[in-house]
Amino acid sequence: MSTFWSIWISAIVLGTVFGCWWLLHATRKSQTTDVETDRTVGHSFDGIEEYDNPLPKWWFYLYVATCIFALGYLALYPGLGNYKGLLNWTSTNQWEAEVADAEEKYGPIYAQYGQTPVEELSKDADALKIGQRLFANNCSVCHGSAARGQVGFPNLTDDDWLWGGTPEAILETLHNGRMGNMPAKGVMPNMTNEQVDQVVNYVLSFSGREKDAAAAEAGKAIFAQGCVACHGPEGKGMTALGAPNLTDNVWLYGSNYEWIKETVLHGRQNQMPAQSGRLSEDQIQILAAYVYSLSN
Amino acid sequence: MKHEIVEKNIGLMIVFIILVISGGFLAEVLPLFFLKSVNEPIEGLEPLSALELEGRDIYIREGCHVCHTQQIRPFRAETERYGHYSVAGEFVYERPFLWGSKRTGPDLARVGGRYSDAWQRQHLYNPRSVVPESNMPAFPWLFEDVVNHNGTAAKLSALQTLGVPYTDEQIAGAADQLEGKFEIEALVAYLQQLGTVLSDKR
Repeated sequence: MSTFWSIWISAIVLGTVFGCWWLLHATRKSQTTDVETDRTVGHSFDGIEEYDNPLPKWWFYLYVATCIFALGYLALYPGLGNYKGLLNWTSTNQWEAEVADAEEKYGPIYAQYGQTPVEELSKDADALKIGQRLFANNCSVCHGSAARGQVGFPNLTDDDWLWGGTPEAILETLHNGRMGNMPAKGVMPNMTNEQVDQVVNYVLSFSGREKDAAAAEAGKAIFAQGCVACHGPEGKGMTALGAPNLTDNVWLYGSNYEWIKETVLHGRQNQMPAQSGRLSEDQIQILAAYVYSLSN
Repeated sequence: MKHEIVEKNIGLMIVFIILVISGGFLAEVLPLFFLKSVNEPIEGLEPLSALELEGRDIYIREGCHVCHTQQIRPFRAETERYGHYSVAGEFVYERPFLWGSKRTGPDLARVGGRYSDAWQRQHLYNPRSVVPESNMPAFPWLFEDVVNHNGTAAKLSALQTLGVPYTDEQIAGAADQLEGKFEIEALVAYLQQLGTVLSDKR
């Protein structure tokens, strides 16, 4: 702040405090008496008159005390332009002190957990308690508070993993996030509606639910052409690409004919946002252990 | 001075009242207009794209700012939950500010990139489908209505006049950028950039 504005602010602030002081004393002196009387100020509205009494002393000195308080406050805190105040307080260094206090208290605990391998950590009840809180604050919005997921957001409590369920894979997912992308009609952009119907039937036949056996049979060739690249020849998926296994009974986007058709027709895009930077390394380690513990 | 004089001369009283009220403004607000840290954008801050700007107007139209603040205060409890506290330089292109004053829902100052686009869309379509205990209203019409871009160029050029560094090309191309875009796309684009300029590393 420039010197001009610093002086400007100081002058107004101090002027206000001393102005109040002056006003208090000036109006008091103008009063003809300083004890209570029956005298009125002389006007009458609808028969109601007003006494002309001084402010009670305790009340007057309360006002004086607020002026003194203000001056004390201005000496301690930054209220006068560039003057920093005797306490050297700023909102930033208050925040820094708060964070440093917390670091002193929780830092060693986090550091210890951060260095423990995920598998071992997933058996530590205290670490899991922290993990559960972190999960509730950061992950439950998509994966649900019980981590059971919902349409479009994976269930983390089962044994089915899009990107792998090893501690390393979970850590990678948490750190850098994942981008899932199923293109519309797989790698066969010219798939006809009839072919879509056939391939959906074929996908349903993995779990014995095809609507039309002949269509399912015809869909096999289309699957081999358009879907195999990610989902594999047997429809078992591929964790390297986040391509789901189509033969189990776990469906991220719904299991019936209409839902699967929707998926084939329009593709699916989804993202697990990266947590690096948002959470500390140690927190990610604890979260990985918590997620790992849900299915192990 | 006699109190009576002030009480019985309304003109004089008005002058004194203005003097008292303007004291706060002159000392607390006026100097900010000339303060560098308040008026300079932080490094890397870009004006909103046409799509994001329309998204912002939808955010205002739907009253999002009534329940969501966009201002993280420098308390540990807030920075742990939301990320780095907000700084003045992040808001220099904001007209008007959407800081808000009441948190019925969470603060959104750094919601950008926190959730996937798919989540944002689903949540806006029906919040209960992803957060069962949510009391946020659903906004299904955003998925049916396309963005009205008749006024977009005018909005950008008004902001340019006010000092937001839009280029003339950006203004000329604004309407084209929005052709056929649904309102949900604009709103999600706006939300996904919120607070992403300042790293939220703590």
